Amino acid sequence: MTTVAERPAASAAPEPPPAPGQPKPEPVRRTGLVLAAILGIWVLGWLFLQGSATLPLGRATLTDFQAKLNDLRAAFDAARDGNFFLEYVVGGISDGLEAFVVGAQDLLSQAAFPRPVPEIGWLGVVAIGAWIAYALAGLRSTILVGASLVSFGVLGYWSESIDLLIVTFTAVLIAVAIGIPLGIAMARSRVVTAIVTPILDVMQTMPSFVYLLPLVLLFSIGPSAAVMATLIYALPPVVRITAHGLRTVAASTIEATTSMGSTKAQLLRKVQLPMAKRTIIVGVNQTMMAALSIATIAALIDGPGLGEPVIEALQTLDIGAAFVSGLAIVIMAIMLDRTTTAASQRAEAERRSARYDPRRRRIGLVGGSVLAAVCVYLSRSYLWAADPSNLPDLGRPLAEAAGAATDWFTDTFSGVTGAIKDGFTYGLLNPFQSLLADSPWWLVAAVLLAVAFVLGGWRPAASTAVCLAVILAVGLWQDSMVTLTMTLVATVLVMALAVVFGVWMGRSKGADTALRPLLDAGQTIPPFVYLVPALALFGTSRFTAIVAAIVYAGPAAIKLVADGIRGVSPTTVEAAESAGSSTLQVITKVQLPMARSALVLASNQGLLYVLSMVVIGGLVGGGALGYTVVSGFSQAQLFGKGLAAGIAIVALGIMLDRITQHTAARQGRR
Amino acid sequence: MRTGRSRVRGLAALIAAGSLVVSGCGGGDIEDSAAPEGGADCGDFDMAINPWVGYEASAHVVGYVAATELGCNVEYKSLKEEVAWQGFGSGEVDVVIENWGHEDLKQTYIEEQGTAQDAGPNGNMGVIGWYVPPWMAEEYPDITDWQNLNKYADLFVTSESGGKGQLLDGDPSFVTNDEALVANLGLNFTVVYAGSEPALIQAFRSAEENRTPLLGYFYDPQWFLSEVPLVKVDLPPYTDGCDADPAAVACDYPQYILDKIVATDFAESGSPAYDLVEAFEWTNEDQNIVARYIAEDGMDPEDAAQKWVEDNPDIVQGWLA
Amino acid sequence: MSPEAPPVLAAPFQDDVTARIARLDEARRDPLLHVDGLWKVFGAKSDRIMGTPEAELSRRELMAKTGCVVAVKDVSFDVAPGEVFVVMGLSGSGKSTLVRCLTRLIEPTAGQVTVAGQDITTASDAQLRELRRRHVAMVFQHFGLLPHRRVIDNVSYGLEIRGAGKAERRARAQEMVDLVGLSGNENSYPDQLSGGMQQRVGLARALAVDPSVMLFDEPFSALDPLIRRDMQNEVIRLHHEVGKTMVFITHDLQEALKLGDRILIMRDGAMVQVGRPDEVVGAPADDYVRDFVSDVPRSHVLTLRWVMRDPRPDESLEGPVMGPDTVVRDAARRVLDSADPARVVAGQQLLGVVDRADILRVIVAEESPS
Repeated sequence: MTTVAERPAASAAPEPPPAPGQPKPEPVRRTGLVLAAILGIWVLGWLFLQGSATLPLGRATLTDFQAKLNDLRAAFDAARDGNFFLEYVVGGISDGLEAFVVGAQDLLSQAAFPRPVPEIGWLGVVAIGAWIAYALAGLRSTILVGASLVSFGVLGYWSESIDLLIVTFTAVLIAVAIGIPLGIAMARSRVVTAIVTPILDVMQTMPSFVYLLPLVLLFSIGPSAAVMATLIYALPPVVRITAHGLRTVAASTIEATTSMGSTKAQLLRKVQLPMAKRTIIVGVNQTMMAALSIATIAALIDGPGLGEPVIEALQTLDIGAAFVSGLAIVIMAIMLDRTTTAASQRAEAERRSARYDPRRRRIGLVGGSVLAAVCVYLSRSYLWAADPSNLPDLGRPLAEAAGAATDWFTDTFSGVTGAIKDGFTYGLLNPFQSLLADSPWWLVAAVLLAVAFVLGGWRPAASTAVCLAVILAVGLWQDSMVTLTMTLVATVLVMALAVVFGVWMGRSKGADTALRPLLDAGQTIPPFVYLVPALALFGTSRFTAIVAAIVYAGPAAIKLVADGIRGVSPTTVEAAESAGSSTLQVITKVQLPMARSALVLASNQGLLYVLSMVVIGGLVGGGALGYTVVSGFSQAQLFGKGLAAGIAIVALGIMLDRITQHTAARQGRR
Repeated sequence: MRTGRSRVRGLAALIAAGSLVVSGCGGGDIEDSAAPEGGADCGDFDMAINPWVGYEASAHVVGYVAATELGCNVEYKSLKEEVAWQGFGSGEVDVVIENWGHEDLKQTYIEEQGTAQDAGPNGNMGVIGWYVPPWMAEEYPDITDWQNLNKYADLFVTSESGGKGQLLDGDPSFVTNDEALVANLGLNFTVVYAGSEPALIQAFRSAEENRTPLLGYFYDPQWFLSEVPLVKVDLPPYTDGCDADPAAVACDYPQYILDKIVATDFAESGSPAYDLVEAFEWTNEDQNIVARYIAEDGMDPEDAAQKWVEDNPDIVQGWLA
Repeated sequence: MSPEAPPVLAAPFQDDVTARIARLDEARRDPLLHVDGLWKVFGAKSDRIMGTPEAELSRRELMAKTGCVVAVKDVSFDVAPGEVFVVMGLSGSGKSTLVRCLTRLIEPTAGQVTVAGQDITTASDAQLRELRRRHVAMVFQHFGLLPHRRVIDNVSYGLEIRGAGKAERRARAQEMVDLVGLSGNENSYPDQLSGGMQQRVGLARALAVDPSVMLFDEPFSALDPLIRRDMQNEVIRLHHEVGKTMVFITHDLQEALKLGDRILIMRDGAMVQVGRPDEVVGAPADDYVRDFVSDVPRSHVLTLRWVMRDPRPDESLEGPVMGPDTVVRDAARRVLDSADPARVVAGQQLLGVVDRADILRVIVAEESPS
């Protein structure tokens, strides 16, 4: 999967190139030396000032600001009844969404009273799905979709899977309807871009736990709130990528068609949109993956779908059941990803192919539709074709096997893993955390500003200043520093993995083929599935949180590095080899330096992916901001604090993103 | 290209029409489910499922009885407490079958908004406290007295506890005074937050399996206690009002009389399901049996409920009388 | 403005070149394209520079002082109907900016551009669009084709956006495809064609709207030398057939000499010289141009006008008669074969004579510009 859920794509807005004709004399930089000096000053300051001005906050204590957020919510809650806008506009949207989802469920997945089964049974749904795949994407996808849909039944999660598809498609449809016009507006107007970009940043980095409760207030429990939660998280990719796709349409073509007298509308309709079509479909694909990845969270507000069995399995620590329902999500992700990708390539490839015969295709479509109609008929009439429990049951044995395998694994290795955790925590994590969280806040702030300036110049330094001010204002400085520690440490580990595996995959086609499905699975399987085994191996600790983050963020970084290595010009590699370089020399002196921008991009994405796991980390002993967000979701009196923690996470995310992006831009210019 | 697309659209319409025509022909072996006997007036019955297995056990037993005996159309909604209470007002939730205290929520939704009301205790007693795995209670018999905890503090040091003994707390939604307790009892411990119930349970499970020391917050009824019978550490006994000031707490947690909360609309609807909810009462023992069916034997909650209901017809008849 | 096509003039490669030159000179009094005092300055507040002494600074000085870059500096010229006007300069000389200012693809900073009597610089968006749709078409260095459309649909694009009916579009596009020699490729996609063929599509697309003026922005620079020569000949052929007015941008002097009725040489945004090919080679305006044309085989460019002299009193006036604008190379054979010097005659008037020595001096002494 080339394009699984690029989660925090806050980097999709590339910097405009520097104004032409302003070549700055590049001063000789001694970045490494300067950074070492900053670190030295920091350690000295820490030695003498440790423990003072660290701005801690007790677990149940609320700052005035956080209490205000609570009041705000209470006031909102109280004003809900009798408010025209909330009752009729929001209420209307909510009712409409719910009616749509429930209608689709009656049709496809849930017993439609008084029928004991849905209007269309499993056989019919499989046939319709396969037919759609054939019409849009071709024969391979037909087989993939058919097999995937059947597998949902075989795994024992038929109705949950179809429910998840319904919610996902509903959210994606809305996202596309809003996102493409918004992306177009962004591509055409700097003002719109300047306004929308930070909003998208917040939508992608704000942990969904923070807005679940307010959403429930607005849209009430159930499908409509779940669709809205999914929409918030899934909208940004399609907007950003649409804008990006339109902006990158070849300037020469735009100029040529403008010179012929096209109006702006003609330019958009006849030139930009068709030329950006494939990029836009990538955006839709990303949006779809993002929508899937939030399924388990949506289950917390009674969102229908596969999230429910995952959460239930987690409560009883039933690793097997969690694994099987997680597997269904992975299968669905792969099915949707491959099918949308194939659909984006099909039409063009087919029209260009010399063997393309429209008549044959027409016959295939009509034949397929007749077949599908027959299947629908059967599934409406006969129980065997309607009730998926008539399919062979693979879910239970699979769950048992997965449970047994995990038990064996954790029993065998828990001794070793415990030692690893302790060594790592005492040796690296604790000292680093002390440096960040036990130094006076002003010292750490000064250090972060200096690092931002040295690495990226004054612009990221300004962003850093704003973000740090926000963290101070929401009153969660020390927690933020603990979270920052874990994020940085996890990112270092992610990058270490990314370099090792990325180089391997970039150099060996076989390794790439073997590892890619594993990486896909790591990115799409809900983290809830592997939390329990991680707990069994490492106990409840910050290290466990870091491990969970690595599992999630590693694949994206590895793929980026692998792509970067593969992108190194073969001529250069050939030249290096012909000069007698050893393999190691080729890697360290040619491939890695030349893939530098991919490495920086990988660390940017790695950081943001890791940060998006902070809340999950809070569930397994990560503490700090993640825990605070969860507690805000769980207890009414902590809502304000949870929201404040969410804001702090957003601030951290934007700060890290800006620093790495500007560093990357500077690297690229060199 | 344009013609190609309109062809696809046409075919889609053809399929839709075709499938309806074909399916209109009837035949087959699917029959509409019969209207449930004698329960036409029950209608929909929405039960919140709070995220722990004991709750699930209670809810499914009540739900099973409501569906089979009263003909209700029972819907289960997996929700955290706070979210579930919000649902009373919007009509999404009729019942929370096991409520642990939550004075703040009662204040908001019963006193202020009036969308919910109390439907009496469900018979379960909630015990919250500090627990150690059984092997520790055997090895160090005096550890169950809080006054000896400092003596053993070194045992409980972990990578997370900063040199002090670790007291492991669980899910953020649980009621806890532990930070205040540690301070006010002068214990050389620090509270570490596991962050979720599964994390807490897994910690105790590993501690018993590997015979590693662990002191943690836990509660009864909980299905896990039937897998590993954790031993409670005695804190200074609870007296009325000793927990009035959260910052100054130095006593054990009170015993919670777990109660049922229902939506006001539901209570006033005259639904037979409401009478069932009001009459429902069973013991911790009963709940732990059903919870064990679900959590350990891997039974479907509905099957577990059915099994218990069939085994205990007298108790069930008592609720329906 | 008049939508009808300009009068077709005799192409420059007919025998009577002199007549064509005269006709173009005459027609230039009512030019199809008129450019007057055109400036383009890039940079912040560039419009404030106009009219100040700073405008007179050299490019480098202005850059240092204000951060602005002058791309086009006070350029004026006229193009007659049917003329091929070549703008030549090295990269960075501002020639591509200049051609874009002509239809305001780049907004000029100052000056005036008139096409067929209409002032472009003050035209509204709608007028400008109308002008681009019907009167001026452009061919680009990088083709600028629509990759998602077949050749035939690319060619008909201009007709489509101005609302022509499908059948009309189709017929006209097919005609153009045939005209540029792409018959049989109309259903291919651009990326299935070679570079030369893609540029033929670009050419057909520009021709399809039947414009009064065609602008070429280095159209053949991206092509291989052999294909470039083919395409140059193609343009010459098309000019023969349709007689369009053309403004042709290039950095290739050979190309400029080969195609142009007249050539404008630019350097650092400013005009250095405007003239016919033989004028540029025969009388370079300054050392820059002289250096430029030093490698040109002079016999291929210079005309008899440049080598003739007054007849000496003792010379025979029985030699062959030739026009003054006959290129030396073309005249060489006959002059060398003849015992008597050739007479250079315009109309009835004897302008001068050319003998073997005059011809050989040009052919042999290529290296030493006089």
